[in-house]
Parts: sequence; structure tokens; C-alpha cells
Amino acid sequence: MRGLRVQSALLAESQFVRQLTFLVYLLVMRRFGNLFLFLLTSVLIVMPGSLCADVKEYTLDNGLKLLISEDHKVPLATFQIWYRVGSRNEQSGMSGLSHFLEHVMFKGTPQYGSKEFSRIVQRNGGVDNAYTTNDHTTYFQTMASDRIGLSIDLESDRMTNLTMDPKETMAEKAVVMEERRLRTDDDPQSALFENTIATAMREHPYRRPVIGWMSDIAAIQRDDLYAYYKKYYAPNNAFIVIVGDVNADEIMKKIKAAFGQIKESEIQKSHISQEPQQDGEKRILLRREAELPYILMGYHTPSVPHEDSYALDVLSTVLSGGKSSRLYKSLVYEKKLALDVGADYSGMYLDPFFFFLWGTPAPGKDVSELEKMLYAEIDAIKVSPPSEQEVQKAKNQIEASFIFGQDSLYMQAMKIGKFEILGSWKLKDTYLDGIRKVTPEDVRRVAKKYFSEENRTVGILIPQKARSEQ
Amino acid sequence: MKSERITNHKKVFLLFLISLFTGYLSLLTDAHGLDIRRSVLSNGLTMLYVERHNLPIVMVSLLVKASLLDEPPDKAGLANLTAELLTEGTGKRKATNISEEIEFIGASLGATTSEDYTLISLSVLKKDVERGFEILSDVVLNPTFPDEEIRRNKELIKGSLKQSEEEPSFVASKAFRNAVYGDLSYGRLTRGSVETIDRITREEIVRFHSDLYRPNNAVLSVVGDLTEDELSALIKKFLSPWQRGNVIKRASVERPQNKKRTFLIDRELTQANIIVGHTGINRGNPDYYAVSVMNYILGGGGFSSRLMQTVRDEMGLAYDIHSFFAPYKEGGLFEVGVQTKNESASTVINEIYTQVNRIRKDKVSEQELDDAKAYLTGSFPRKLDTNRKIADFLVTTEFYDLGLDYVDKYPQYIRAVTADDVLRVAGKYLDTLDMVTVVVGKQSKISLDNQ
Repeated sequence: MRGLRVQSALLAESQFVRQLTFLVYLLVMRRFGNLFLFLLTSVLIVMPGSLCADVKEYTLDNGLKLLISEDHKVPLATFQIWYRVGSRNEQSGMSGLSHFLEHVMFKGTPQYGSKEFSRIVQRNGGVDNAYTTNDHTTYFQTMASDRIGLSIDLESDRMTNLTMDPKETMAEKAVVMEERRLRTDDDPQSALFENTIATAMREHPYRRPVIGWMSDIAAIQRDDLYAYYKKYYAPNNAFIVIVGDVNADEIMKKIKAAFGQIKESEIQKSHISQEPQQDGEKRILLRREAELPYILMGYHTPSVPHEDSYALDVLSTVLSGGKSSRLYKSLVYEKKLALDVGADYSGMYLDPFFFFLWGTPAPGKDVSELEKMLYAEIDAIKVSPPSEQEVQKAKNQIEASFIFGQDSLYMQAMKIGKFEILGSWKLKDTYLDGIRKVTPEDVRRVAKKYFSEENRTVGILIPQKARSEQ
Repeated sequence: MKSERITNHKKVFLLFLISLFTGYLSLLTDAHGLDIRRSVLSNGLTMLYVERHNLPIVMVSLLVKASLLDEPPDKAGLANLTAELLTEGTGKRKATNISEEIEFIGASLGATTSEDYTLISLSVLKKDVERGFEILSDVVLNPTFPDEEIRRNKELIKGSLKQSEEEPSFVASKAFRNAVYGDLSYGRLTRGSVETIDRITREEIVRFHSDLYRPNNAVLSVVGDLTEDELSALIKKFLSPWQRGNVIKRASVERPQNKKRTFLIDRELTQANIIVGHTGINRGNPDYYAVSVMNYILGGGGFSSRLMQTVRDEMGLAYDIHSFFAPYKEGGLFEVGVQTKNESASTVINEIYTQVNRIRKDKVSEQELDDAKAYLTGSFPRKLDTNRKIADFLVTTEFYDLGLDYVDKYPQYIRAVTADDVLRVAGKYLDTLDMVTVVVGKQSKISLDNQ
């Protein structure tokens, strides 16, 4: 059923999907799904405290934290387990290890054989999947709330009992390689994104792609995965988020019974290289078979909850929050220079990441002209602050999107988890306060502070054509 | 059997709106607790309404029966261009005013044309619902289609078509549809082509809108934080002025013939992007439910499907492989889609044939049948778990004539499917002799040895 309308959606929304293509790269899922586009657009979307259902917090003796929010509007619940491990924790030569392990987590335990996990969930009308990011690996199921005990059984089992049959594990490597070809190697914008990040970051592990370099994926062995699993998959390196039609105290007891006896492990914090200040523009070109050029720029910026993060979020909305925003209005609508343009402050990271700007020149237009005009737009904000009206509109958009996000149980759980990864789920309450306090002058100040030539990395896709058709 | 569900407390609503509506029906579904209220306004607009106060938001969907079914092949893209232009200027608003006003209240408003219809969606906070309805009404009733905006949108659509050519999945899908349906409606892109878009005139857009954007050719759904009184006041103010029109009945699509053909498209890629398939079924086909079960087992059932088990889990040849039936009003498509490294293309295509032949020849196991039915019935509530999903579900259910009690009927239809039904529909709707195969990839590395 799921696939019935996929095709028409793809055709109708291809332009929208396109704009997000490069962001998709950040998250590597086990399987395509529309929801991960949601995830990406939600990076900056959080909930105001007043609208957010209460979150009950429990911590088991072994360190496993539970965050449960009761929402009884539909008889469903979403169960998510978040492990604090992602590509950020990988060593050079072992990129893609976190994501590869995520695949292997579906390959069974002595109790539930390979592929059983998804089959059991689906038989119960549920959906299950997982994804890996730079900072964390998340597994989730959504199903009828009276069956959520299944998630507890299955997740507590695979937290510690993974079989990792050598043959099956290594067979999955071919699947991961196909995934990399699909997502990155055959998608020029995605490839440009990977290249640009690897150039902009010199020392921090964010420079390596979540899915891993092809030669690293090829080199990873079963024992590397097993050691990594034993090191990071433990109750004290994870937390559970449940949102839906459940009774928090009852479900807490069930979780305690299932997860309570799993031993905590000693997680030694490995050193993670910090990215030094960039002291001059970096620039790369990528020549690929493509129809149109594409430009992507990344400026190093601090992450949430840094004091500048709120103004950066408002700045990105002023620049790129819909057709009335500055970039679209000026470069697509008035000057007809671009087919699409965008800005995105990617602040939901543990360590500093980027403020991105990107654009596709309209057919026949020059990419260097588009680059120049993008600078003109951000220079304008550096000189004079946006109007009160613009800033108020951006705040309204951010606030409204918090509220619309509440429509979905899954999205609510994602937001709780995202903030918990950054330090505490309670940050979501302070976030909106931070947004509300932003002034036009704050927006100007952060634009001036971060949009400098020295702080910038530019990636340009140059189309090459070589084809024939039979 | 459902008539007793027209509940008493709705009579107030009925009386209040008696001058506006010609018919009224309410239905409380069993499993989902959805109190769906259906009515038809005197101008012919069908309206579906679910009152939900859990969040201060209102979701509105307006489905207009205007799509590529209504445009001549040499003007392909007319329906889509018309829809895009709704929000690009009205009698009292310029394009930039529309986006500014909508975005200032944190709302969203947009129109999307798919194979069978155009869907106009409004998401708005309760506090701004009046403004939202006013703008929605303005863009649907009074668009002016300024020449400047037509030119601008044509260029943007043409640009997006060009950009899409670098997506292997798009290239494959476009070739596949064209192979199966040719120039018949479903063989074309909703966006049209560079040539056909250039041919569209302003007069044709104005006429298309004036002919088809009529209340008696549309379905409206409203879901969210609105009482009946509030809703009826909004409808009266903003949608009752919408004038009924003489809508010409759509021509039905001629059924294309399946014919075995292979299309190889050369691109500098590491993977072959493959589509194998042929015509499918239309949405009204009574075998839709048996086909859903059959397709779930073959390739629609995610990690549980046969194609996923063999091609991904056992052979390690793909990250994703799936099959689906795209059922439209007047026809449909069946396709299996997969990406695999160029060198494996032939092996994967052979496996698709093997699995299609298998499900056509051998009865599925009871376990597979039960699993498929358990998923399809058990997952149904997730289709209705947000206000947005409910709003879209209501208009499409109405459009495809599935009945107001469809949420209750669906599980019954699925439960009734037997292994014999699955075998019968596989034999009837899958055809390995007349498959269309499209392979987009580096052809020098691909050698097909298929029959």
C-alpha cells in the first residue's frame, strides 16, 4: 500500500525534494521514506513549552533514561530508542561504522532471527525503521498503542544480544555499498555536498560522511562492528522516547522489567578533534554529468543552544522562509537568475556545523553571477538590519511550525529526542523564548559575524555531458 | 446500514445551514472515532468536515477535478500551470502579496496537480482561520493569470524539467510511463514538456480555470479546531459566492496495449536504475483489495516482501526494491523499481521475472497471506493519525467514490481476500510476457541476457 502513490508524489514534488537533496545526505536511513524529509525540515522546528504535552522523565539504575509524553488523540504510539553514537565517534579509516551497524541491528538475535524484527512489527500493523546521523543512531516503531510492548521486547533484546553472524553481516556490506551509490555517487548535488563538507572541515570528524567513504565500507570487518556495538550499545549510552496513547507509569514498569537487568558499560569518552577557526575561503569544483550547475556555500556556525543560534535561525527564515523571503523574491522572482535558492542554519548538532546557502542558476544563467548576487543579499543584511515586519514574520513562521509539528506523534518524539541529544529535552522550552527575543539588530549582528569570506567554503558543480540513447 | 448514525445533535447544524446545503449526512466510524460530516452546498460543492480540538490548527483540502485528464496532449502541462498560477495574482492581490500575507501568519497555501486532480491545501492556525479562508477563496475564485506571471512560471517549470533530467529515477519513470501510455494522459508528465508548455496561451489558462474550477466539480474537507457554527459562517462568507458551472464530463482514457519492449538509456552512473512493469488497474476496480494483498507479498511489503528478501537480503544486490500498483481514476500502472550496480542489472531483472512468475503460478502460503492482511488492516489507522492526513484522505475518498464508511469497510475488504484471490489477480494483472523494461545506467557495463 505504501508505494501506491509514490510515483505521482515524486513527479509532483520533485522540485521541492530537489531543494532538500543535499540535506538528505546528513541522515542515512535504512530505507527511503517521506518522513526523513520531514526530519530535515524540522531541524529548526521546536515546540513552545505551553503547547507541549508534559514529558515524564525516569532514569533506571543502569542509566537508561525514559522520556514519555502522553498524547491520547489517536490510539497509536511511537517508540524510539536513541543511542548516543554516530559518525562523530568514528575514527579515520572506519567511516560508516555507525551506519553499517545500524543495518546489522536488523540481522537478528538468538531469540528473534534475521529479518524477524521487521516482520513482527509489520504483522502488527506497525512501521519500523532506523537512521544514523553525525551524532546519534535512532531506531523507531509506530503502531497501535496496545502493542507497544513489542517494541520493548524487541529493542531490549537487540540492545545486548545481537548475533552478528559473520556471513550475514558481511553480506549486508553489499547493501550498504548500493545505498552509497544511490545516495551519493549517482547524485551530483549530494556528491557536491559531501565534497564541500570534507573541504570545509579539516580536523573534526564531521568531515567524514555518515554513510562512510566507499573504501572504508569495504574495509570494515565483522569484528570491528562487534567491538563498536559492545562499546556504544548500552543502557547508559541510550534513552527512550515514547509519545502516544500510553500510560506513562505503566509503560515505565514494563520498560524497567525488560531493560532493567541489562548491565551498564563503561563508556570512555574518546577525544574528538575540534575544528579550528578557518582563516580564508576554500573553494572546490566538481565536474559530473548533470543538467545545471549548482552552488553550495557553508559558513562555520555554532550550534544550539549557543546564544547566537536563535538569531541565526531567524536569519535563515528571513532569507529563505518561503516565496516572500529575501532570496526567493530577489533571485528567483525579480531577477530570474535562479531556479531555486535556499538558506539553512543547521544548528541541531553537538558540535559546530554550518549555515548553508545554495542555488541553481536558471537555464542560461551563469553560476558566478548567482554567487555574486547571493553575496549581495547577505551583504545587505550585514549593513542594515531586516525590517521589524520581516523579523516578526520569521518568528511567526517558526512558532506556527512548532504547533503544526504537534500534529504528528512521530514528530513530537523526534523533537524531544533531538534536544535530549544536545543536552536536555528541556532545551525545547527555552528555545522559543530565545526566538521571541531576537531583534532585527541581532540578525544583522550574526550575519556580520559569520558571513565573512574567511569563514566560507564554496562548492560548485559543473555539468559535463556525455551520453547516447538507444 | 449506516443511516442510523445520522445523529441528533447534528440537526442543529443541519438547520443552521439549510439554506446553504442541499444534502447532509453524518457518519461516526467504528474504529477510528472519526465523526465525518458530509454535506453538499446549494452551489454543488461537496464538503466533508471533522471537528477536532486537540490542537489550535485547521487543515483544509480542496480537490478540484482538473488534471492532465482534462488537457489536450499538445497542451500538456496546462492543468499544472493553471494550478501554479492560482497563487500568483488575484483581483485584489499581487503574487508577492499572497505569499507575504500567508507567510506572515505562519500558514501554508499551495496547489499541486497529480494524475487525476488538483489539490489545494491550506494549513492555518485557528486564530488566523478567517484570513486563511479569505485568501483561499480569493485564489480559487478570482485568479487573474497576469501575463508576466505566466511567463515567469513557464520558465520555472521548464527549468525544473531540465533539472529533473539529472535524476536517474525521474528519467526512468518518464520513459516507463511514456512506453506504457504513450501520449495518452497517464503517459505524460503533469508538468508537460518544454514544447507543450510553450504552446499554452493565457486564453487557454483562463478558459481551463473558468470551465473546471467550479464548486460542482470540487470537494472540500476541513479538519481541525472549528465548531460547526464557525465553519458554516466561513463557508457562507467565502465559498457560497462560488458559482456553479457547466462542467463537461471527462473523456475516459483508452486502454493502452501491453507490449514487450526494452529501453536502454545511457548515463554516466554507477548504478542501473531499473523499472519493469506494465499497465495496472484503476482505483474503482473491485479487485483492488486482492491486488493490494498480492502486491504486498510480491514487493509492496517493505522488508517482508519477497523481492526485498531475495534481491536485498539474500543476494545483496540492492538497497531498495519495491513493486507498486498506481491506481488512477481511468487507468493505472504496475511497476517494480530497483537500483543496482550496473554489472548486476541483468541478474536483478531475471529475479524480478522469477518472482512475478512465481506469484502467478503458485498459491501464496497462509502465513504470507495472514501477514499481509494483518499489516494492511493494522496499519490503516496510521493513515489517519494527523489532521493533515485526515483532510487529504477525506477528499480523495470522496473523489474515488469509496463511500463515507470506507474506514470501516476497508478492513472488511482486506480480510475477505483468500489465497485463491491472490493467485487469480496475480494471473490476471501481472504479465511477464509483455513487460516494459527501462534501464538507465552506464550501458557499456550492462548486458541484458533476458528473454
